[in-house]
Amino acid sequence: MSFMHYARAFRGIVWRELLRFLQQRERFFAALVRPLIWLIIFAAGFRAALGISIIPPYETYITYDVYITPGLLAMIQLFNGMQSSLSMVYDREMGSMRVLLTTPLPRWFLLVARLFAGVLVSLFQVYTFLLVAYFCGVELPAWGYLVALPALILTGMMFGALGMLLSSTIKQLENFAGIMNFVIFPMFFASSALYPLWKMREGSLTLYYICLYNPFTWAVELIRFAFYLKISWEALAVVAGCTVVFLALSVWAYDPSRGIQQRKAVAPAAAG
Amino acid sequence: MQKEAHKKDRAGRTPVLSVKDVSYWYGAKQALDDVSFDVYAGKVTALLGPNGAGKTTLFSLITRLFDAPTGRIEIDGRSAADWGFKALGPLGVVFQQPTLDLDLTVKQNLRYFASLRGLARKEADLRMDRALTALDMKERIGEMVRSLNGGHRRRVEIARALLHGPKLLLLDEPTIGLDDPTRAAIVRHIHDLARSDNIGVLWATHLFDEIQPDDDLVVLSQGRIVARGEAKEVVKETGGKDLGDAFRLLIGSNAEEGVAV
Repeated sequence: MSFMHYARAFRGIVWRELLRFLQQRERFFAALVRPLIWLIIFAAGFRAALGISIIPPYETYITYDVYITPGLLAMIQLFNGMQSSLSMVYDREMGSMRVLLTTPLPRWFLLVARLFAGVLVSLFQVYTFLLVAYFCGVELPAWGYLVALPALILTGMMFGALGMLLSSTIKQLENFAGIMNFVIFPMFFASSALYPLWKMREGSLTLYYICLYNPFTWAVELIRFAFYLKISWEALAVVAGCTVVFLALSVWAYDPSRGIQQRKAVAPAAAG
Repeated sequence: MQKEAHKKDRAGRTPVLSVKDVSYWYGAKQALDDVSFDVYAGKVTALLGPNGAGKTTLFSLITRLFDAPTGRIEIDGRSAADWGFKALGPLGVVFQQPTLDLDLTVKQNLRYFASLRGLARKEADLRMDRALTALDMKERIGEMVRSLNGGHRRRVEIARALLHGPKLLLLDEPTIGLDDPTRAAIVRHIHDLARSDNIGVLWATHLFDEIQPDDDLVVLSQGRIVARGEAKEVVKETGGKDLGDAFRLLIGSNAEEGVAV
């Protein structure tokens, strides 16, 4: 298997995901409308009611809509990661996953390529959202839009890997909605996306610790710091660590000699 | 019967697929019991068995969707377990379940597959043209797969499986749900292809009329091989008047379920 084989396969997997995304316009609009509702309706109300003190990475007072923007970006990526995993479950049920898994390339490479394709789709959504948010008055540091890109790639990888891991454990498409709700909403609400952690601590110490151990919190903080041209090493370590763990477990789960796929093999036996 | 046919076919050639002593269990239920057979280049080997005989399990093991815990599978002379993912290189596969992306066009589906197999765009387009022309599908290249009927989708899947020039073509009941003329056309095409391109074909089926007298035949019942050899030889050895009759004699009451003429 030459380098060109890997490169062409990678391009093919990314190209297919982009094609599918472009054909699913509803998915694109849904991905934008959800955070925009939070930004335009929810944040507008809280802007008057909630004051954000000067906490890192901010050096001046900021408005609430600026505060929640990194959380909304992470939310877009989390939804996209779950959407990618839904698409993997769908591909498995429809059979097209078999085409990918019978490719003469290492399983880990195929999964990483698929993951990266999902991240590209999420970046497209994120930057479109940022453009709309800019016209709604959310201004972030100009260089932040560029500097945050590596952070957004890493957080996208983490959510994609989490979605991939979930897809390996879900047996039927019908079960997916429940899992999505079980994962997305607790992760989003129990994080620093909507309120700073010190506010949480004032309200409930238990909730504070739940938020603290939630990887979503660290993804939000990584993005938040990156937009202000700073690195939160703590957040970087948590996000990178979680990405590696989720991805390693996904590769294990999709391995033909081990993992969950092996146990799922009960289904085709019935066919013949 | 088994030994004789096996010797004759070997004739100094290396099989493109060799399955040796493979067994497989789903929990406590044994799906394959010590299965051994070879597939040779230029020949169609029919894997005949009723529903639940273990054909799809065997295909999943050969394509490494999951690994065989016992026995050995060799593809093109090399152990699939040792060779790992590279063992899939010489394989072209048409699964029983349709695997095309319905929301992409025929061309997009084939290009996607070609890229997974490492083909350059230009080369892929050339091969695509050739494969689709051979299957009388060239005119449909720009159509969404969703708009094609079952027979046309199957033809696209066969074209796709041949794009990278495989040495071994695996077909898992590829004609299920198709009308008789389409089935006959696909059977004819695959037999011609095996001869002209020297491809080894393993064709899982439960339909007797898809098997030609000169084809190699492996009869599978409840996970075990009950007969193996050239189809006409198997018929002769069992004393049946045709393949259907021979099949019923071989597997008795199991033949009633899920096998058709």
